[in-house]
Amino acid sequence: MANDTCFNQQTCKPGLFWTLLGLGGIVVLGMLYAFFTLEHHGHVLTGMDNQIVWGLPHVFAVFLIVAASGVLNVASIGSVFGKQIYKARAPLSGMLALAMLAGGLAVLVLDLGRPDRLIVAMTYYNFKSIFAWNMIFYNGFFAIVGLYLITLMDRKLKAYSKPIGFIAFLWRLGLTTATGSIFGFLVARAGYNSAMMAPMFIIMSFAYGLAVFLVVQTAMYKWNNLSLDERILSRMKNLLGVFIAASLYFTVVFHLTNLYFAKQWEFERFILLEGGVYTALFWLGQIVIGGLVPLALLYSPGARQSIGTVMVAALLVIIGGIAQMYVTIVGGQAFPLDLFPGYAESSSFHDGVVHAYAPTIYEFLLGFGGIGVAFVLTVAAVRAFKFLPQDDFKTLEAEEA
Amino acid sequence: MSEQNNLEGRADGDRREFLKTGAAITGAALAPGVLLYGVAHSRAPEQPASAEVRWGMLIDTAKCGDGCSDCVTACNTENGLSGKTGPQDTQYIRKLDIKDLRNGRVHSLPMLCQHCEHPPCVDVCPTGASMKRADGIVLVDRHICIGCRYCMMACPYKARSFAHEPITDQNPEVPRGKGCVESCTFCVQRVDREELPACVEACEANGHQAMLFGDLMDPQSAISQALKSQPSTEVRADLGLNTGVRYQGI
Repeated sequence: MANDTCFNQQTCKPGLFWTLLGLGGIVVLGMLYAFFTLEHHGHVLTGMDNQIVWGLPHVFAVFLIVAASGVLNVASIGSVFGKQIYKARAPLSGMLALAMLAGGLAVLVLDLGRPDRLIVAMTYYNFKSIFAWNMIFYNGFFAIVGLYLITLMDRKLKAYSKPIGFIAFLWRLGLTTATGSIFGFLVARAGYNSAMMAPMFIIMSFAYGLAVFLVVQTAMYKWNNLSLDERILSRMKNLLGVFIAASLYFTVVFHLTNLYFAKQWEFERFILLEGGVYTALFWLGQIVIGGLVPLALLYSPGARQSIGTVMVAALLVIIGGIAQMYVTIVGGQAFPLDLFPGYAESSSFHDGVVHAYAPTIYEFLLGFGGIGVAFVLTVAAVRAFKFLPQDDFKTLEAEEA
Repeated sequence: MSEQNNLEGRADGDRREFLKTGAAITGAALAPGVLLYGVAHSRAPEQPASAEVRWGMLIDTAKCGDGCSDCVTACNTENGLSGKTGPQDTQYIRKLDIKDLRNGRVHSLPMLCQHCEHPPCVDVCPTGASMKRADGIVLVDRHICIGCRYCMMACPYKARSFAHEPITDQNPEVPRGKGCVESCTFCVQRVDREELPACVEACEANGHQAMLFGDLMDPQSAISQALKSQPSTEVRADLGLNTGVRYQGI
């Protein structure tokens, strides 16, 4: 049946559809292989240990979850703030949000020590735990955004899209606040324990989500031999520029606040100067590749006519985002806990030393599998439903005037 | 009539005698239990842990032998741990060597779960598997731990381990399982039998006497007396967790 329905393509390309689905499927199979292997042998096969307890799978999972809430921003700007070009993109935005959240959660669940107890996670709640609140936010996100999508795509329910879109907007802000707080509420670790974490994750989600949206949208236009209107491209690239600049600003303030507290100096020296791979990923990955270069590209003279330039900038933001998650999640654990400030510490349990982390193939399979899940869901969704943005240029011109 | 009175008087006397004897027998039967509860907090298995008790440990680093790891060995034996010290191996207790960076003074001390009054691991656990018993012992409920490891991220003392591989040769009293988080339980199975935790017993047996275990709520207990008479340190006191394990000599 899928061969006959291709709502988002001017000419049906079933071959391309099945190829993409197959490629995504292989990545998902790799993830399942890693899951069953770890389920049988335990996490002893991974590079994670009692020092780096959250590794590469969590880097991908948290990136996907944060970007999922951010990608919904496109719909929110349309529904909540009434911007026409974003309204036309709201269904694609909502669908991507669901697909990416599903991908991120798949990684988190399959990496659990006891994934067979998922039902326990859904039925036993410690309401003091921000992690438990995250589970409520994730489940609610599926329900609310799912409903929102229905109101966006069913003409008869269109009137409800604004109030539900508003609820979805508030819910996603809550979700990213909770995700950032997973780290912000870790009182003992120098790399976390900051009220900056929640707002910083929100602003970063704006940038990562919009970057993902631009990449998917560009691919969809390309396959249909359509070109994005220059005015729309210009607005979206400028918005991405603002989000990148805001993310950089929050990053600077986060590190400045840490530098203000003498007890945090050692951690800052580690991340900013002496942390090896983490320092490199911070400066080169998060700041240069994920921030400064895309900013320069987006505001370069020919960028508003060049979809290629914007596409490269968006891809760099995604790469920078994964680097940022690696620095935040793994870097924050690699820096040793200081049990006795003012003392050098050593033990058989690796106290007082910077922890090494070398992910194995299983972590890569799990992490990329999350992207695979989001990709497969997206490919199937754009095949079966009408997600290609339908711009109303008359309204757009009226809005501009 | 007078005979009847006499009879009633005799009956009253018998009743009084009966009640007296009954009370004496009941008292004799109950008293040891009540007394034992007061002295040693013994309780039946079906009785819940009491909030009247808070178990704690005081470690005197001056008495702790440099290079001695008897507490670690005893813990491994009691809890069925392999004793391996790779990055993925479980350690409930470890010897931590610290050196004052200002004057070079060194200490060697056992580091274990600090059994906080306000444990961050319990706060963050999504399912409530990390929990604190009424008597202050912090435990992991292995039935509802999903293995997310958030408690390990939250613990300020790096006291928790994750069971990275299938476990064999377990001590039936200390069930462990692949994919769950675990840590020192103060040897809860021994404490409930009124025995000392294995590490404390080993430390006493080798004559170091560096570890003192007891009820922090009981002002007459040895640990309370020791804490009252000498200064002690709470590790990461800045976090305000009110740990059940205290150190002297640092």
